[in-house]
Amino acid sequence: MAPNETDDTTTAGEVDEVRAGRRRAARYVVPVTVMGVAAATIGLVPALADSGDPDLPEITAAQLIEKIAQSDVERLSGTVKITTDLGLPNLGGLESGLLSGAAGGGEDGEGSSADPSGRLTELASGTHTLRVAADGPDRQKLSLLEDAAEYSLIHNGKDVWGYDSASNEVYHSTVGEAGAADTARRGEQRPPATPKDFAEEALKAVDDTTSVKVDGTAQVAGRDAYRLVIEPKQSGSTVGAVSIAVDHKTGMPLKVTLTPSSGGSAVVDVGFTQVSFDRPDASTFAFTPPKGAKVAEDTEQDRRHGDFGGKPERGPKSEEDLAKGFDGLTMLGEGWNSVATFDTGSGSGLPTGEEAGGDLGGFLGSLGDLVKGDFGTGTVFSTRLVNALITDDGKVYVGTVTKDALVKAAEAGK
Amino acid sequence: MSRAETAAGVPAEAGATETETAVRAARPLWTLGLFRDELRTTFRRWRTLALLGVLAAVPVLVGIAVRIETGDGSSSGGGGGPAFVSQITNNGLFLVFTALAATLPFFLPMAVGVIAGDAVAGEAGAGTLRYLLVAPAGRTRLLLTKYATVMVFCLAATLVVAVSALAVGALLFPLGDPTTISGTRITFSEGLLRALLIALVVAASLLGVAALGLFVSTLTNSGIAAMATTVGLLITVQILDQIPQLHALHPYLFSHYWLSFADLMREPVYWDDLTKNLGLQALYAAVFGSAAWARFTTKDVTA
Repeated sequence: MAPNETDDTTTAGEVDEVRAGRRRAARYVVPVTVMGVAAATIGLVPALADSGDPDLPEITAAQLIEKIAQSDVERLSGTVKITTDLGLPNLGGLESGLLSGAAGGGEDGEGSSADPSGRLTELASGTHTLRVAADGPDRQKLSLLEDAAEYSLIHNGKDVWGYDSASNEVYHSTVGEAGAADTARRGEQRPPATPKDFAEEALKAVDDTTSVKVDGTAQVAGRDAYRLVIEPKQSGSTVGAVSIAVDHKTGMPLKVTLTPSSGGSAVVDVGFTQVSFDRPDASTFAFTPPKGAKVAEDTEQDRRHGDFGGKPERGPKSEEDLAKGFDGLTMLGEGWNSVATFDTGSGSGLPTGEEAGGDLGGFLGSLGDLVKGDFGTGTVFSTRLVNALITDDGKVYVGTVTKDALVKAAEAGK
Repeated sequence: MSRAETAAGVPAEAGATETETAVRAARPLWTLGLFRDELRTTFRRWRTLALLGVLAAVPVLVGIAVRIETGDGSSSGGGGGPAFVSQITNNGLFLVFTALAATLPFFLPMAVGVIAGDAVAGEAGAGTLRYLLVAPAGRTRLLLTKYATVMVFCLAATLVVAVSALAVGALLFPLGDPTTISGTRITFSEGLLRALLIALVVAASLLGVAALGLFVSTLTNSGIAAMATTVGLLITVQILDQIPQLHALHPYLFSHYWLSFADLMREPVYWDDLTKNLGLQALYAAVFGSAAWARFTTKDVTA
């Protein structure tokens, strides 16, 4: 209704009402349209932006693996998104506490929040955004983006800095002067958690129990890439397939996806969302501890891992890799279905439970399933990728195999 | 119904055209005058000044608390508290970011909700709305003026927090070249520039609430009801944003990307969430702004 109109007569009022009602309805079309257009845009733009699979010359799987091996990308910067869904129960802070305790336990001191070995285990669950930058073997940077904070790991020459902006704490250690052998060794060591690391782990597992094929092409972070698919030939593995998108120009893995044999969402999905192969700005790698920051020095000169303090405990580990972690370990079976076994020596089951104390022990026990077999009784702890059996006499069987295959392996190994 | 339509259709249409011609004929300067009057009325209110005063006090409180806490030389570690709080002791500039991070979830949007909720409903409640409408400004123009005023308030409120924080930070703590959260160092002047940019982004983050408040304001004749509804909606959205089971809904809540302003302190700046935030605010402004327009231009103004 126009501002200066009046409605003193009944008829005029009624007419106005009808007209106003129609006009009101008509005007509400505008916000509804805006919402509809927005919804359509959100829904359609990704579909339209996905311009289909790029046309690339044919390549065989062997050639592609060779291409990955020969890839020597020295300079890059980019953003990596990593999603891990191991199917672990969501324990919130407790979970990351346990994980970092497991990985960072060997460090001396009270454990700075800037210590890399503790921080990178955070990647073991959930979705994280990372930024990576590298300029040759001597300068690398890896940043874990958090809400209004960031954890950066900077390797510049012989210095390794860890900086946690949330607590303003700094971790510092030095690596030996870059000798020839040292450089070569460290040249292989990229910042962990990049698709390349995952791809290397996956390719290590390639043997005659594995089928490897090139499965078309894909576009990752705006670059054309081949898709390499690795599948276990045997049944019984929890690994369904590992798909690696390999950049067609540089041969660098851009995206790695591990899908479980049980179906569902990927266990590990790590890929670049943005990548550039230009030389990153030198200031990226410059770091001086901010004034007043607490600096934790790691004086252990001869660190086993030169630059980034070891790779975090995470998803697609090959069996060999798992084996490295424990002493007195024997492997049962072969290929993807191999199961690692070791004796905790405690003579009783659930060592974690007893060490952790009554309540937590009982809680951990309730997470597993009780099984019986030739080995006596035991408890199976299941995740979507790794299953572990702890028998009552203190033996542990771990593998990326299904629960049935694990019990079978334990019976055979007895 | 259809009979009434045909009978009244012609004269009514003619009437509408007449009014619209009158509206179009209004001088453009008139809008500026209206805008100036609106600004003056809004910023002269004791209510507005009190809100700005409370906002200015937040950085003072945070600054003094951090100062007392770290007075014995210990650094405020642990990583608890609002973002950037651990860096304040070493660089007063970080108080600007901490103060904005502390006020953005509640104080700032609440203040905006009060001003926006009051914008139309307050006038209606006080009986002044129809006098405003008697002037040949047109309802659309009046509504735009109201929204522009609320936008100016968003910027003013954010700048009050930022300037107060900068002053307190300079008084209580040393200033110097800040370290970005990525670990690189930038010059103090670039730090100031980023602080200004962050203030602008924070102000823009409030536009969604402003539009929502304005829409609510057109629904009722009670200013208090409109303010309470807007602030209530704000709290509801904040709570929904905390429930992990509703994560599919989260990207559409106007407060979801608010803290992305901290991405401006990364090196290089991480734009993904910032652009999402600004896009979301623009979407809220478009949807609720046009809904407010649809409601206000067709509403019976009896008071």
